[in-house]
Amino acid sequence: MRLRSLVAAVAVSALGISLAACGGSDSGDSSGGGGGGDATLTYWASNQGTSLDNDKQVLTPVLEKFTQETGVKVNLEVIGWNDLQTRIQTAITSGQAPDVVNIGNTWAASLQATDAFLPFDGDAMTAIGGKDKFVPTALATGGKEGTDPTSVPLYGLAYGLYYNKAMFQQAGLQPPKTWEEMVAAAKKLTNPAKNQWGMALAAGSYTENVHFAFINAAQNKSEWFNAEGKPTFTSDGNVQGVLRYLDLMQKDKVANPSNAQYDNGTKAVNDFATKKVAMVINQNNANSSIVANGMKPGEYGVVPFPAPAGGEQVASHVAGINLSIFKTTKNKDAALKFVKYMTDAPTQTTLGKPFASLPVLKDAKPAFTSDAAEAATFSDIYNTKSKPLPLVPAEDQYESTVGKAMNSMFAKIATGGTVTADEVKAALKTAEDQVAASS
Amino acid sequence: MSVATHETPVTAGATPRPKKKRGPDRRPGLSRSLPYLLLAPAVLLELLIHIIPMLVGIWMSFVKLTKFFIANWSAAPWAGFDNYKVAVDINNAVGEGLLKSFGVTIIFSAVTLALSWALGMAAAVALQPAFKGRSIVRTLFLVPYALPAYAGILTWNFMLQRDTGAVNHVLVDNLGLTSDRPFWLIGGNALISLITVAVWKLWTFAFLTLMAGLQSIPNDVYEAASVDGAGLVRQWRHITLPSLRPVNLVLVLVLFLWTFSDFNTPYVLFGTAQPPAGDLITFHIYNASFLTWNFGSGAAMSVLLLIFLMIVTGAYLLVTGRRSRRA
Repeated sequence: MRLRSLVAAVAVSALGISLAACGGSDSGDSSGGGGGGDATLTYWASNQGTSLDNDKQVLTPVLEKFTQETGVKVNLEVIGWNDLQTRIQTAITSGQAPDVVNIGNTWAASLQATDAFLPFDGDAMTAIGGKDKFVPTALATGGKEGTDPTSVPLYGLAYGLYYNKAMFQQAGLQPPKTWEEMVAAAKKLTNPAKNQWGMALAAGSYTENVHFAFINAAQNKSEWFNAEGKPTFTSDGNVQGVLRYLDLMQKDKVANPSNAQYDNGTKAVNDFATKKVAMVINQNNANSSIVANGMKPGEYGVVPFPAPAGGEQVASHVAGINLSIFKTTKNKDAALKFVKYMTDAPTQTTLGKPFASLPVLKDAKPAFTSDAAEAATFSDIYNTKSKPLPLVPAEDQYESTVGKAMNSMFAKIATGGTVTADEVKAALKTAEDQVAASS
Repeated sequence: MSVATHETPVTAGATPRPKKKRGPDRRPGLSRSLPYLLLAPAVLLELLIHIIPMLVGIWMSFVKLTKFFIANWSAAPWAGFDNYKVAVDINNAVGEGLLKSFGVTIIFSAVTLALSWALGMAAAVALQPAFKGRSIVRTLFLVPYALPAYAGILTWNFMLQRDTGAVNHVLVDNLGLTSDRPFWLIGGNALISLITVAVWKLWTFAFLTLMAGLQSIPNDVYEAASVDGAGLVRQWRHITLPSLRPVNLVLVLVLFLWTFSDFNTPYVLFGTAQPPAGDLITFHIYNASFLTWNFGSGAAMSVLLLIFLMIVTGAYLLVTGRRSRRA
């Protein structure tokens, strides 16, 4: 009998421990940070360098300098792009969030809608140095039009058309200024028998695909959402824009059908860097991958991604990374100081080169390349030829539905099928219904 | 039945004991509550890990839990059956997508289940008679099951690439079966790839289970049968199969539930670029929730899936139970 009561006591206390553990982990995990005193910030950075480790190496001295200047410690975690959105979702849902986080700037309006982020209103904006320091188009990506942004630009990126100078010279070609010239050049440089292609497309990446759906439609002066934020995917300009991009593989046959399996931009860039293709359209952070694959900076040139003759000169969306503060932060002042520090000119210059980013500040010079012509081209694209992706809460759904529809259409083309304008329209209609159903 | 007969003597033995020892009143109470106390941690954890999340999921399916409310989900407005209506309305894009995904999943489950079982059975029977190196072969067969799923599937992903994959290298370059390199991870072939990988991962479990079952069939039965002139096929049909019936009942059910709710295989094999032909239902629901940030709708689809699996499982147990009683 004594044994029994002993066992019971053990069981009961074990139960107590397990319950206490449950309660404990709840409060233990909420690394809100110190609560007064010398503050510690938790910062989730996105993957901008060649690897997560590389990011850590680049950022650590920058963060140490911040600690020296302000006494605020920063706990850094670098998160890969495949996980970042889910991690942010989980943080929002659970309330167990970091203080400061990097976001893809195209998510800004969607994340703003969750009401989990601190708006940069008058005071907060002043605290980080005022809105006038930013490039206006870059700041415009911070949230819905006419609201206080919940994110501010950190790294600027823009698409450019990279071309192989030697291949163009041998074929007697000039860098293309219009879509038609680009296709003609690509055709001339395509020779499937030698496994040589005019262009490489990240045709299996829904995020890349949706960017090109957007840019090509923008060249047709077409919008994806109306003024009320309702999707208008099936307009003629959108259908034709999508089809024009698909036709690079389908009608013009200047891209290897295998590209339909390229689920990230790096694969296309690697084909360019290893000289299997003559052209690739990528954001300016392609430089590090190009050089890593053995192509020297002088061997390629960059021009704006061209519009068809008579089209709108949109060469890119306003791409890049923004910085947000979670509302749940217990160190609002320290977080604001940190955002100011990250977006100030010295830090921007320090990080511009390793992360191959364009400055988000007015009058700042790009530091990501030593090639003055390339720097000028990208600055010109970013400042004058870029259009922000739709700044509506449903933007994330637009990306996933339209992007995945394009994945499927590329897959159909690659496996020998054809995609007509009507089929593009039907696919976009399905995407539109999906967005409408969940907004 | 056997459980009940076991329990009776225990309770009978336990009852007289307090009568003999007239200890303090507290003791019989404690000894009566002891089993419950011992069970309590398990029950509580079960509640915490399974039941409560399930109930939360059911609650979620009735609210409009979109990105506007995930920061403060207690404020999400009641949606009634709206999420369900959207999910089952096959005339709109969401419902149509769910139905297609359901169809793909049924085909996937049926084929994967059949192939895994057949392969497992064939291998188990083939390795039953003792021969030199049998244990080595058995161990080798278990490799896919021992390998971490992620690593195994990722390797398949490399092998199934169009230009650089080993599969096309063998089929096209070495054997010259086709001149055109087929795609394996996009388009219609994606389902074949998915089934292949799932069978590769699963059949060894069937093999292991059936092999264990085979050990309990006495050898004399086979000897007697062969004396009576029964061939191998006949022996298999009339001895092996009926003897393995209890094993098979459980095995088929488990394999079905596993394949039907398989998430890892499509998730790792296709990444973010999943083709419509490989759009399994759990993956579809994941996309519906996490990519569109509509957790209410995703939860409604999950509840529908839960109901479907419960009905299938219930019907299966009912039918097989009735049959075994008749037998």
